[in-house]
Amino acid sequence: MAKAIHLNINQDYQFDQKLKIQRTAQLFRNILLYTFLTVTAFVVIVPFYWMLNVSFQSSNEVLNSLNVSFFPKVFSPQNYLNVFLYSSAAQGNIDFSRYLFNTVLVAFFTTLGGTFFSILVAFALARLNFKGRDLIFTILLATMMIPGEMLVISNFVTVSRLGWVNANDAGSYLAVIIPFLVSIFHIYLLRQTFKQIPNELYYAAKVDGCTDFKYLWKVMVPMAKSSIVTIIILRIMGTWNAYIWQDIVANEKYKLVTTWLRSSFVDLADTGSGRVLTNYQMAATVIVTVPLLLLFIFFRKYIMSGVSRSGVKG
Amino acid sequence: MLDHKRDLKAWLYLLIPLFLLTIFTFYPLIKTFLISLFSEYNALTDDFGRYFDLYAYTAIFNDRFFINALTNTLVIVFVSVPASTILALLIAVSLNSIKPLQKIFQTIFFIPYVTNALAIGMVFNVMFSHPLVGGVAAEGLINTLFQTAIDWVGPTATVERWRTVVLIYTIWSALPFKILVFIGGLQNISKQYYDAAKIDAAPKWKVMTRITIPLLSPIISYILITSFIGSFKAYESVLSVVGTVGRSLDRNRWTAVAYVYDKIGISGLDINNISYYSRGAAAAVVLFFIIMIFTFLNLYISKKTVHY
Repeated sequence: MAKAIHLNINQDYQFDQKLKIQRTAQLFRNILLYTFLTVTAFVVIVPFYWMLNVSFQSSNEVLNSLNVSFFPKVFSPQNYLNVFLYSSAAQGNIDFSRYLFNTVLVAFFTTLGGTFFSILVAFALARLNFKGRDLIFTILLATMMIPGEMLVISNFVTVSRLGWVNANDAGSYLAVIIPFLVSIFHIYLLRQTFKQIPNELYYAAKVDGCTDFKYLWKVMVPMAKSSIVTIIILRIMGTWNAYIWQDIVANEKYKLVTTWLRSSFVDLADTGSGRVLTNYQMAATVIVTVPLLLLFIFFRKYIMSGVSRSGVKG
Repeated sequence: MLDHKRDLKAWLYLLIPLFLLTIFTFYPLIKTFLISLFSEYNALTDDFGRYFDLYAYTAIFNDRFFINALTNTLVIVFVSVPASTILALLIAVSLNSIKPLQKIFQTIFFIPYVTNALAIGMVFNVMFSHPLVGGVAAEGLINTLFQTAIDWVGPTATVERWRTVVLIYTIWSALPFKILVFIGGLQNISKQYYDAAKIDAAPKWKVMTRITIPLLSPIISYILITSFIGSFKAYESVLSVVGTVGRSLDRNRWTAVAYVYDKIGISGLDINNISYYSRGAAAAVVLFFIIMIFTFLNLYISKKTVHY
């Protein structure tokens, strides 16, 4: 009897020891995990903090201080106002409001036109029967893989022969908008959505005497709403982030916010020194970044479904 | 008769979009190949010239700035893609195995998901800054933290140094998208496998290499293909991190895409009578073939190794 109890205690003890080791290992693992995540999260967040920090520092601080400040010594929100009003002769003496106007205008027309054409083509490819449909779809699929950088050289020649390059009128807008108006990827995305809408609906509408065009706008478009919202948001983000092409083709007065973001922001009062005011630069960066963050917060679902299918942003 | 009318109606839907695609996608695609082969192509008159040869290609491969641009691109591709994929996988697995604070960490990791490449690149430029003339301005954040006075991104920065900063930035900006996709993939793995492993008392690392990674392999290969293609096109990241504001990028810091864009607008011929446009087109074609080869290679390898 006593022996049995002894054995039991011994077993309990062994079991306890094992559990203890397991718990220590678990604790150790958790400490490791949380340390790793904290360190990486910190690295991810630091650039954003630094952007805000520098954007609120005074010009005197960024130009003349010998030690970098981890937080603004003199809190200077007026940087943002100065940046809004900043203009230079090298950039056609235009300020942020003009760049913003250009961007909104280009975004409006690329989004409207691009989405409209995508809907039309996707509908024809998904719903209508006609000769050559499969051929067109195959060609589109094959060209979807081709990098856009492949096309810029020839496209530049085309738009410059049309007289749009560096044009001091609406031509500059056309040079930015037209070459990228139709996106094969967006057509593909929408076609896949349209394909999922049951055929019965189409036949029912046909029996009721509905035309193809009416069916598209009354039935298909409302049903594919989430894909269309995705395309619209990708378009807006694409225009907001567009830099290289528009910077090459557009006239100074017709460029977009990214060009403004890359301006020198030399202190106007401090003429002669020509030193870049990093606090202005960072304020501009905040102004460009915040709308994107807001867009992401409100339309996270749509942005993620669009980006994860293409693998590219914008 | 009816068929004919139906076809006509369908083509009405396609008319304008296909017209635009023809002019700005299909036609330039073929034309770029032709420009690269007609080495005396004149951009102003859009005249192809008399010579159909490979001189533009020999010219770019003898151009040290092109070789350098290609090297820069390949370094970015082959360091940043594997590094960011592994790091993102580690973060995703860690995030997936914790309970408290998971949401907060997730939010932090997703913040850089939709940022402007130029904007945050400029922040990195400021963080790694170094005054050209010592003693008149402060060192940047990184130099202050590590008590160094190194030029990381300025005009006097060495190749290794500016490449390091570009790589850090590229990896940093690639993380959120990958973490997000991996987390989605991890949540789709059935709990059964992990329960079975628990019963067999399999060690954690074995669970990772024998269950998690094989079951995640379709997603890993998808991530690899898209990010390989994406980073071959790197330009804006380099421009914003190691370029000087208001000036074009230093020729030694070009990427392949930067080389192509640089040739736009130079309409003449070089000293060997090869037009700059033909050089740019040749570079674009080379980039195109490299991307194609890598895409097919990736698809081939993933077909052989991916466990479905």
